[in-house]
Amino acid sequence: MPAFARYLIPLGIFLLLVALLFRGLSLNPRQVPSPLIGKPAPGFSLPRLHAPGRLLTEADLQGQVALVNVWATWCSGCRAEHGVLMALARSGRVPIYGLNYKDARADARQWLARHGDPYRAVAVDAEGRVGIDWGVYGAPETYVLDRDGVIRHKHIGVLTAEDVEEDILPLVERLRENRG
Amino acid sequence: MRWLGVLPVLLLLFGTAGFAAGPEQFGFSSDAREARYQELINELRCLVCQNQSLADSNAELARDLRREVYRLMQAGRSDAEIAQFMVDRYGDFVLYRPPVKPSTYGLWYGPFVLLAVGLGFLVRTVRRRNTQDAPRFSAADQARLNAILGEDSDGDLRR
Repeated sequence: MPAFARYLIPLGIFLLLVALLFRGLSLNPRQVPSPLIGKPAPGFSLPRLHAPGRLLTEADLQGQVALVNVWATWCSGCRAEHGVLMALARSGRVPIYGLNYKDARADARQWLARHGDPYRAVAVDAEGRVGIDWGVYGAPETYVLDRDGVIRHKHIGVLTAEDVEEDILPLVERLRENRG
Repeated sequence: MRWLGVLPVLLLLFGTAGFAAGPEQFGFSSDAREARYQELINELRCLVCQNQSLADSNAELARDLRREVYRLMQAGRSDAEIAQFMVDRYGDFVLYRPPVKPSTYGLWYGPFVLLAVGLGFLVRTVRRRNTQDAPRFSAADQARLNAILGEDSDGDLRR
């Protein structure tokens, strides 16, 4: 080995460290990957927001590709993504169900009345217990479920129009095609 | 015996667990159970304030999860089952101490490997330096060198 090659060793180690740190620092710790991807959505049985006497359960979501959007009136990100959800609901391309997380029923109804209601139905998770089962650690979060009720994707944070066009809708189409 | 001096340093580095108590006062039937609860909430991470354990964090999710740990304890679940409950929902990240599995071998053993590599280089360099011979000059060059340095051939300074 030529003499100068010895000095390449520390340089090589340094470059390796740079690559490692660059990769590590580019990761976002807020994006905690969900262990539920590929697993059936956790069962739940919650009162509906608009019909308190009736329940919404995971069975109601089965048989179709659907979105479950975790939201609350205290969540500013939910307000930010609401326009996107309304547009998506109006397009009718995929049904959206709401999980009202740790919120007050009256506030939630008022909020939807004022800003618009994109949801096919809303389940009220006042205590957040269902949220824990779904691995919810903040709002907003949006889950994509396939026809069999299996969670296929979890979007953490505000849903933008790009997210819908590039991630959500293509996935919805793929999930629909898979079942002939 | 000199190694004993290292012990206090090691104790300080690894001995302090940074235990915090959760703010809620749950009722426990015994001190042992309370201690078990405290240990559990110190070993689980708050996913909102991610550098804090469930014991440390004031986030509402932390409150909810502490209550969940208590509920599971009262339902008779073991520590392993409670930890698994959390991991099933939130992933490995919820464990404050990363589990030792193939994907985290680099994290756990990496520093020791790097230390060994560094020590290896150090030992090799020191040993090589010690066995290096003094450079040899021809007689004429040695005389010139002596003249420049102001020494005679024995290496004594010429006055």
